[in-house]
Amino acid sequence: MSSDTSIKLNVNGSERTVEADPASSLLGVLRNQLGLTGTRYGCGANQCGACHVLIEGQAVAACDTPLWAAAGKNIVTVEGLGTPERPHPLQRAFIAEQACQCGYCLSGVLISAAALLKRNPNPSEVEVRAALDRNLCRCGAHNRIVRAVQRAAKEAL
Amino acid sequence: MTGELPANLKANPRLSRWLRFDATGFIELSPGKVEIGQGILTALAQIAADELDVDLTRIRMIPVTTAASPNEGTTSGSLSIEQSGSAVRHASAQARSIYVAAAARRLGVATQTLTVEDGTIVGPGNLRTSYWELADDALLQRDAVAGAVPKMPSARRVAGTPAARLDIPDKVFGRPRFVHDLMLPGLLHGRVLKPAAPGAKLTALEEASVRARPGIVAVVRHGSFAGLVALTEAAAQAGVDALRKAATWSGEPMLPDETNLAQWLKGEPVETTIVADKRAPTPVPGLRTVRRQYSRPFIAHAAMAPSCAIAQWSGSDRVHIWSHCQGAYGLRADTALALGIPPENIVVEHVEGAGCYGHNGADDVAFDAVLLARATEVAGRPVRVQWSREDELAWAPMGAAMAIELEAELDAGGDILDWRSQVWSNGHVSRPGRMPIPTVLSASLLAKPFERLIAFNPPMTMGGGAERNSVPLYDFGSMRVTCHRLLTMPIRTSALRTLGAFANIFAIESFMDELAAERGENPLAFRLRYLKDERARGVLEAAAKRAGWNAWRKREGAGHGIAFGRYKNFGAYCAVVAEVEGDADIRVCRLVVAVDVGEVVNPDGVANQMEGGAIQATSWTLKEAVRFDRQRVTSDTWETYPILRFSEVPAVEVEILNRPEERSLGAGEAAHPPTAAAIGNAIFDALGVRVRDLPITRERIIAAMG
Repeated sequence: MSSDTSIKLNVNGSERTVEADPASSLLGVLRNQLGLTGTRYGCGANQCGACHVLIEGQAVAACDTPLWAAAGKNIVTVEGLGTPERPHPLQRAFIAEQACQCGYCLSGVLISAAALLKRNPNPSEVEVRAALDRNLCRCGAHNRIVRAVQRAAKEAL
Repeated sequence: MTGELPANLKANPRLSRWLRFDATGFIELSPGKVEIGQGILTALAQIAADELDVDLTRIRMIPVTTAASPNEGTTSGSLSIEQSGSAVRHASAQARSIYVAAAARRLGVATQTLTVEDGTIVGPGNLRTSYWELADDALLQRDAVAGAVPKMPSARRVAGTPAARLDIPDKVFGRPRFVHDLMLPGLLHGRVLKPAAPGAKLTALEEASVRARPGIVAVVRHGSFAGLVALTEAAAQAGVDALRKAATWSGEPMLPDETNLAQWLKGEPVETTIVADKRAPTPVPGLRTVRRQYSRPFIAHAAMAPSCAIAQWSGSDRVHIWSHCQGAYGLRADTALALGIPPENIVVEHVEGAGCYGHNGADDVAFDAVLLARATEVAGRPVRVQWSREDELAWAPMGAAMAIELEAELDAGGDILDWRSQVWSNGHVSRPGRMPIPTVLSASLLAKPFERLIAFNPPMTMGGGAERNSVPLYDFGSMRVTCHRLLTMPIRTSALRTLGAFANIFAIESFMDELAAERGENPLAFRLRYLKDERARGVLEAAAKRAGWNAWRKREGAGHGIAFGRYKNFGAYCAVVAEVEGDADIRVCRLVVAVDVGEVVNPDGVANQMEGGAIQATSWTLKEAVRFDRQRVTSDTWETYPILRFSEVPAVEVEILNRPEERSLGAGEAAHPPTAAAIGNAIFDALGVRVRDLPITRERIIAAMG
């Protein structure tokens, strides 16, 4: 069993130092040590997308990302996308489209969508769906979510 | 004047339990129903805002707690708008009149001269006061009385509008909102070890090595219940993995053969009831009989979040529970029963969880947390317990498997003279708080275990369980419907959205399609001939019109299908047209849903529920089945229990038939049943093959093609 080490993380633009086992999951550290509970636990096996965060602009599952792999890289969580005062275009569009039922999947969905819009600012519906295929939604809010992502893209253009 | 108080207000008449006016300019509304992803808080706030004449932003929704909230039972059955909505409407109307009377006294004018505008009470000349000036909790320390008159539907300004959901901003900005996110001072983390298989007994547990691990606070064992408490979540997780290796289980295989569930269902001991028996005055012998069998498998809730709860003991006999359960009072009752402590010593506070589609693991994990937090080493600190994904998919109660045999007696022209149906199923409800024995999972694992309740069916006055929607709404001359409830329960079943309605409507509406096809009649016209209810006809015709049913051009590899259901036969009316494409790999391209929920409180809320219901039902219809071997459930990951993904989701169009003059009906379960049948019927239209066993998979389509 490895022991705790001091690890530097760059989360939402600020540098944070945590004492943790480098093999422990990024998700646990975000939620329990940094208090960033917006990133949700869904399966612990990179199969549902609820814990997606951006690492260097890529949407990855925080649940099976070891801390050492995230150290020194730019991490963005849903809290880092925007705030009620300065919402990300996606957050504005999700509210406008009421693209939510329970909302548990939303943080991960927003992150996947943000990664998509970074690499493809004007995605087709098919491209949006493909980009969100790693994110599960159980309530059936999919079509609202797709509309919201396309609305955000349109408004940002 | 209206007569009786709404039932839930009559049962909880003290107005101060429902409403509190705050001097700083807002009103707290405390309904007994909970947010489970369906948007109920917003709809109830809209109703209150209307009756109180305040802006929607003035209403603050207070989560349910058994310490204060009215007991409105379980948030289930698509009843919240009907039950809580009418109670909130009446309570709000009475509160308004009490405050207006107080204003009249203060201003020295008659109440009739006063109007309320966003909480400001205005009288003749420049006279004015407000709810906020008058705010005094003593004013609502009285019981509701019959006779308050809520506004006419035409006078409502907030209800009936697509108000934005109150909870969505928190969810979009990732703010803590779920019980999973609740960080209490001194919080400890617990994990429980689920048995190796249903019915397995824990015969040995090498606790010492686990207890010695860093960060472990307590290892807890009661009979076959085992778990631990740790300082950190990581230590708890690593600890339970070690605990699993330290456990020895014994037990016999007790699960049925998953490859022939219908045969298993029909071979078990049952309790049989006659659900409907209608005889034609002068029976006409049929020329021939058509008999078909339909089935559905066990279906998992498969919530996005594993169940989670926090429990904190004070002393040895008082406990506070934070839970995403559907019924705080039910969980309190079960906890009291299981521990032998008075219910008054237990407070259950609702905190939202992920979308909830019925009786899932929420109550179970709450009781797990109660057991772990009681360990002496925990010393009264709060303990948060979260199930694993595997536990969630394998150990939460399942929606029951069902087999349905339908028989129609036809005349020479293929018209239906007599309809007979038999349903085999486990009961659909084993919710906590309804029986003299606790039904939370771990109560059956204790050293002195409680007997496992065999799931029952609610009475038909509540819509029934397995027999829900087993009686066709069509006007047949004679019919007989029989329900066989299993008296064994190898796989634990309880309420999953729509209970038996999903499979019963799938069967009825598939069979109607088969009978129409035999006659060579348009399936829409065939249905309408047997349907007298105008609202039923209304949704079928609206769905057909919106979908362009009659303009459909038959083409290779595509098909359309239609189906109808009125939820519980006394709830919302819904018809669905499905359009599919493909061969054995079928794709649902489009669903058109027409719904009549009476008076609409929030049209976007209704649309959201219908879209979500249609999509979830598509997932159930095409993909979902709980898998198991003879020992245990094996579909315990998202790979082994796949659900519909974004790229597979059909376009969904919703047509709402607003009927302001009719009472509001719940929307949450109306879309599922007809969606399944519409898809099955569309597949038949496209491929000419009928799959009668859900889910309609590639393998089953190929098998049906012969």
